[in-house]
Amino acid sequence: MTAVDEIKIGGMGASRRRVEDNRFIRGKGNYVDDIVLPGMLHMEILRSPLAHARIKSIDASKAWAMPGVRLVLTGETMAARNLAWMPTLSYDTQAVLATDKVRFQGQEVACVIADDPYIAKDACEAIVVDYEPLPVIVNPTQSLAEGAPLIRDDKENQSNNVVYDWEVGDKDGTDRVFDQADVISKIDLHYPRSHPAPIECCGSIADFNRATSKLTVYMTTQAPHIIRAAVALVAELPEQMIRIISPDIGGGFGNKVPVYPGYVASILASILLERPVKWIEDRTGNLISTGFARDIYLHGELALRKDGRILGVRMKATADHGAFFSDAQPSKFKIGLMHSAFACYDIPNAHLEARGVYTNKAPGGVAYRCSFRVTEAMFFQERMVQAAADDLGMDQAEFRRINFVRDDDFPHRTPWGFLTDSGQYGKCLDVGLEAIGYEEFLKEKEEAAKRGRLLGIGISTMTEPLGAGNSREYDILGIKMFDSAELKIHMTGKALLRTGAKTQGQGHETTWAQIVAHELGLPAEDILVEEGDTDTAPFGMGTYASRSTPVAGAAVAMVSRKIRAKARKIAAHLLEISEEDVEWELGRFYVRSQPDRGVTIQECAMAAYSNMPDGMEPGLENVAYYDPPNLTWPFACYIVTVEVDPETGVWDVLRLVAVDDCGVRINPMIVEGQIMGGLTEAYAMANMQFITFDEHGNCIGSNFTDYLLPTAWETPGIELHEVETPCPHHPIGAKGIGECAAVGGPAAFVNAVMDALKGTGVRNIDMPVFPDRVYEALQTGQDVSGAPPVRTDET
Amino acid sequence: MTSLFQEVSPGAAEETPTRQITVTVNGESRTAVVEPRLVLAHLLRNGLNMTGTHTGCDTSNCGACTVLFDGKPVKSCTMFAVQADGHEVMTVEGLAGPSELHAIQEGFKEEHGLQCGFCTPGMMMASKALLDENPSPSEDEIRWALSGNLCRCTGYQNIVKAVMWAARKLEDQG
Ligand code: FES
Ligand code: FES
Repeated sequence: MTAVDEIKIGGMGASRRRVEDNRFIRGKGNYVDDIVLPGMLHMEILRSPLAHARIKSIDASKAWAMPGVRLVLTGETMAARNLAWMPTLSYDTQAVLATDKVRFQGQEVACVIADDPYIAKDACEAIVVDYEPLPVIVNPTQSLAEGAPLIRDDKENQSNNVVYDWEVGDKDGTDRVFDQADVISKIDLHYPRSHPAPIECCGSIADFNRATSKLTVYMTTQAPHIIRAAVALVAELPEQMIRIISPDIGGGFGNKVPVYPGYVASILASILLERPVKWIEDRTGNLISTGFARDIYLHGELALRKDGRILGVRMKATADHGAFFSDAQPSKFKIGLMHSAFACYDIPNAHLEARGVYTNKAPGGVAYRCSFRVTEAMFFQERMVQAAADDLGMDQAEFRRINFVRDDDFPHRTPWGFLTDSGQYGKCLDVGLEAIGYEEFLKEKEEAAKRGRLLGIGISTMTEPLGAGNSREYDILGIKMFDSAELKIHMTGKALLRTGAKTQGQGHETTWAQIVAHELGLPAEDILVEEGDTDTAPFGMGTYASRSTPVAGAAVAMVSRKIRAKARKIAAHLLEISEEDVEWELGRFYVRSQPDRGVTIQECAMAAYSNMPDGMEPGLENVAYYDPPNLTWPFACYIVTVEVDPETGVWDVLRLVAVDDCGVRINPMIVEGQIMGGLTEAYAMANMQFITFDEHGNCIGSNFTDYLLPTAWETPGIELHEVETPCPHHPIGAKGIGECAAVGGPAAFVNAVMDALKGTGVRNIDMPVFPDRVYEALQTGQDVSGAPPVRTDET
Repeated sequence: MTSLFQEVSPGAAEETPTRQITVTVNGESRTAVVEPRLVLAHLLRNGLNMTGTHTGCDTSNCGACTVLFDGKPVKSCTMFAVQADGHEVMTVEGLAGPSELHAIQEGFKEEHGLQCGFCTPGMMMASKALLDENPSPSEDEIRWALSGNLCRCTGYQNIVKAVMWAARKLEDQG
C-alpha cells in the first residue's frame, strides 16, 4: 500500500473547486436578508440630511399612528436605557441614535420597526426633526483651524478636533541623515476617501427570547466573536446568553468589521418587542454611514545619496476620521500599520508623525481590503519611490533594486520596528520586468514619443504585514489577536472543522479542508467546514487584515497535528508495536521495519471510538489556539503600462502584470482569484472610485450612479505570475494574499500615468486620476492635488 | 404587501390598495395579492420565498437582481410586481434541471467565477440572456453584456472565462 496522492484527495496545492459554490450557483446561499423568522418585524433608519446640526426636537407622533408601526426609537429612547452612545473598537464613543446633535450627513436619528419594510420606510418619512444647522467641517485644514467649531463636544476633555497625535521612529537620527543627503525628494499626496461597497449591504436580525433570556443575532459581521463581546459590554447582557451568527456574507472588505448603530438598534427593538427584528441597510445608507476607508494626506520626504541609496524617510500623515474614531485599529498603533511603509527597502533611518482629526463626515478609516492602513502606507511608499527615482534621474526599476532588502539579509528589522523574515524581492521584480518586456517597452515608448504618443510604465513593489497578530503587539480592545480551530474526527473517518475566522468569499470551506487533508491524508471532501456561529465555533478574532490563512489557517494545521499525535498512539496500539516504531506517511501509519504493515488514519479514527488503548481518553477531537510568532510578509510586484491620450487626458491600460509571492499556495485557483479581485479594486481606486463631500458636508457618492465601481467592460485583463518563498514561521509556509493586490496595485497605475507625463513638469496627480485632471495637468504643466472639486449648482 | 406576511395590523389592510396578479415563475404559475408599489424583486424574495435573486443597490446599477422577463434580462428591483402580471419570469432557481446543473452554473464553478456569491445569480442570468442570443460570444461581447452587473470580488476575468466555458459546453451538447 502506498501513501495517498495529495492532489487527488484535494490537499495542498490542489486547485480544488469550491464547496461553497454548490449552494451559491443554485441561488441557495443563506445571506442575512434571506433569513425569515416567525413573527419577524422590519426596521428602517431615519438618517440626518445635515452634516452638523443641533437637534431641537423630534416629533414621531405621525409615525407612531401609522397602521403597522410597532415601535419608534429615538435618541431619547436609547438614552433612557443608557444606549444612546456605544464604545467603538478604537476606544472612542459613537452615537447609536443622535441625542444632542448630528455630526455627519447620514447619521442615525431614529428607527421605525413595522410589519413590513415598506411601512417602516413610510413611517420614517413621517418623522419630523427640527434641526438647527451648525458650521460644517469637511477637511483637516478646517478641522484644525483656529476657532474651528468643536465637533465632539460630547466628550469631556476634548477641546479641539484632534483624535490623536502619534509618532514612531528616531526623529533626531533621521533629521541628521537628511542633513547629509545629496538630494531630498519631497512629495505631497492624498489618498482619497473610498468605500469598500460589498454588493451585499449590512444588516442584522435580532431575536430576543424573554423565556430563555437568550439573544440570537444574525449579522453581516466579519468578526462574530468580537461582536459578541461588544454586545455583552454595550447591552450589559451575560455573554453566554448572546449568540452571534454570521451567515453567508456577500463580501466584506473591511466594511463589515465595525459595530454599526443599526445592529444595536435592532437588538434593543427585539428586546422591547420580544419579536425578531430585521434591519437591512439600503445602498445609500451603506455608502453614507458605514465604514469609509482612506482619506489621508501625506507629506513625504526621502533623503537620497547620488548613487541612488535611500538614507532616510520622513512621513507626516493627517488622517480624516470623520465624526467618530470607530474603525478597528490595534490599540498600540493609532494610524494602523502606516509605519510598515518601506519595509521592503533597506533604509536605516525613519520617522513618522501622524495626526487624526474629526470632521463632519461619516466615521472612516476602516481597513478596506488591507491590514490597518497598509494600503495607504504602500501607496505613499511607491509614489515617493517613483518621484525619488525621477528626481535622481534614475531608472525606476534599478532604483528599487539597489534599495531592496537582499535575500540573505533576513530576518531584517525595519527602522520602524517590524521584523521581515523572508522574500526574494529582486527575483519578483525580474519576473515582472521580463513578463512585461521592460527594455522593449522603454524603446517603444521612446519611439511613440517621437510621434506625440504618450506611453508610460508604472511599477509598484512592496512587502506588507499580513495576519495580525502576535499577541505581544496586536490586540483590539485588549483582546489578543490569536485565532483558533476545532477538529472533530468522527468514527467513520469523516470530520467537522470549525474555526474562529469567517469567510466572506475567500473560500474557507474549501481551503481549510485542504489543510486538514495535507496534515492527515483525509480526503478534503470528507471534511465539513463551519464558521461564524459563536455558540459552536471556537473563539477567534475573525477575518480581515488577511489574517485567516496566517492565523486561523495555522490553527487548522496545528489542531490536525494534535489529532495526528493521538492517532499515532492508537496506531501503535492497533499494530501492537511501540510508538517509536511507528512511521507516518500521508494518510497512514506503518511499522518502520515492515512498511506494508500499517493502519490508515480512518482505521485509527474508528479505533478511537471502538478500540482505544487502555487508559486513553476516547474520541478523536481537539482544538488549537494559535498565536503567531510574527506577521507574514508576502511580496508583490505589479507592473502596468498605459497610453495617455494627450488630447483628452483619457488613459488606457495596455497591460497589467502581477507577480505575487505569498509563500506556499493552499489552493492556487483561489489565490489567483484573490489577486484578480484586488487588482480590480486597485484599478478602481486609481481611476474612478472615490467619495467626496461638498462644503455643506453633502456626501457625493451616495449611490452607485455617483460612486463609480468598475464593470467587466472597463476592467483590464490581468496576467499573473508567481514566486514562492515559504513563510519560515507558518506551519505550512503560507502567507496572507487576499489584500496584496488592492494594497500594492493603485500605485502601479498612478505611476504609469505619471511616467507617461514625465518631462511635462507634472510630478503628481492625486487619485482618482480622472481624464480631466490628466488633461488639466498636461495643459498647465502643474500637479493636480487633493480631492476633485465638487461641482454644485452654486459654483 | 398585505398578502406577503402572515399578519397585518388593524387599519393597514383596509387602507392599502392591492391587486391580484399571476406570474409564471420558472415555468410554474404563481398567484399573489400585492400592493401596486411592490417591486418584482421583493415579490420573488419575500412573497414567493425565492431568495436567490439578490438586491444590492437602490438605483438599478448593480444587477444582483437580474432575472429573465419573457426571456430578456431585467433588473427586478426596477419593475413593479404588477408589471409582471401575465408574463414569464425566470430566476436563478430555474436554471438547473431536476438532476443536473445548467452549463452556466457549472462554468462559474469550474472557472472560479464567484467568490462571495452575492452577484452570482444576477451574473448567471445576464450570461444566460447573452448565450441565448449569441451562443459563441467573444471576450468583448461577454464583457459588454455583463457590464450592467457589478462584482466586487472576482475582477471579472474568471466570470468571462466561466461564460466561455458554458458556451463551449452548450455547443458540445448541441
Ligand atoms: S438591486 Fe441593484 S440593480 Fe437591482
Ligand atoms: S462574487 Fe462577490 S460580488 Fe461577485
